[in-house]
Amino acid sequence: MLAITAIAIIAMRNILSVIMLGGIYSLISATLFVVLDAVDVAFTEAAVGAGISTVLFLSALGITGKHQVLARKNHLVPIFVVLVTGAGLIYSTSDMPAFGDPNAPAHNHVAPRYIEQSGEEIGIPNMVTSVLASYRGFDTLGEVAVVFTALIAVLLLLGLNRGSRQDKS
Amino acid sequence: MIELIANQYSYWISILLMMAGLYIVIDHTNLLKKLIGLNIFQTSVFILFISMGKIDGGTAPIIEEGYKVFSNPLPHVLILTAIVVSVATTAVGLALVVNINKRFQSIDEQEIEEIELEEE
Repeated sequence: MLAITAIAIIAMRNILSVIMLGGIYSLISATLFVVLDAVDVAFTEAAVGAGISTVLFLSALGITGKHQVLARKNHLVPIFVVLVTGAGLIYSTSDMPAFGDPNAPAHNHVAPRYIEQSGEEIGIPNMVTSVLASYRGFDTLGEVAVVFTALIAVLLLLGLNRGSRQDKS
Repeated sequence: MIELIANQYSYWISILLMMAGLYIVIDHTNLLKKLIGLNIFQTSVFILFISMGKIDGGTAPIIEEGYKVFSNPLPHVLILTAIVVSVATTAVGLALVVNINKRFQSIDEQEIEEIELEEE
């Protein structure tokens, strides 16, 4: 399903339908996250990825008002680059642990401690919440800093222009 | 061979999606569509991380009586952060696109190049 949506996005020429397909793509990936046991990630993706991103894209489309994508003549070089990169990546997965393997290295470092101890230490049944807000609180603080920086950047990009336009008039 | 496919197919799916995103970013000249391609690329990385956190027979990492095996909560935390950051970067990118459109009256790379050549 995800692959079909992605291919449809490649083929589409109308930007509006591309944006709507992008929202559908986010929603499908959110259901995939539920299947993979990541419920917190799923509802963040559904709310933020499918909701806010789509609204942002639509408002940008509304401002620019350009609906059609121009066709490009030479597809060969991009296809070649993509195929070579993909082949290299698939070759590199042969060393990766099997899907769902409980003995994979990722599950044997700090994760067991979070799973066994976080209920007693933090007192929140949801481990994702306790890791996010307590063990990794500084990371979340950094995330807030990143979002704040992005907000300032957006305001500078959109706001300064408005100021210069007022100067001209 | 069948075992290899069964073990690695989750990685292959995310690589396929990643390549679809990369293709859009390289091949399409419309800047909005490039950003959508970038989003697809990012989502494929999310899927890669989340699929690495999955354990056979595990449930969502919420403590509840009767469940012993949980999926790894650490990738979930990382990706929660990454999703929010990805939206922030998308917003910055869209602001840039809006500014480019104000300057050139176009959001297509080829058209912008032509306009720049004419101006020189």
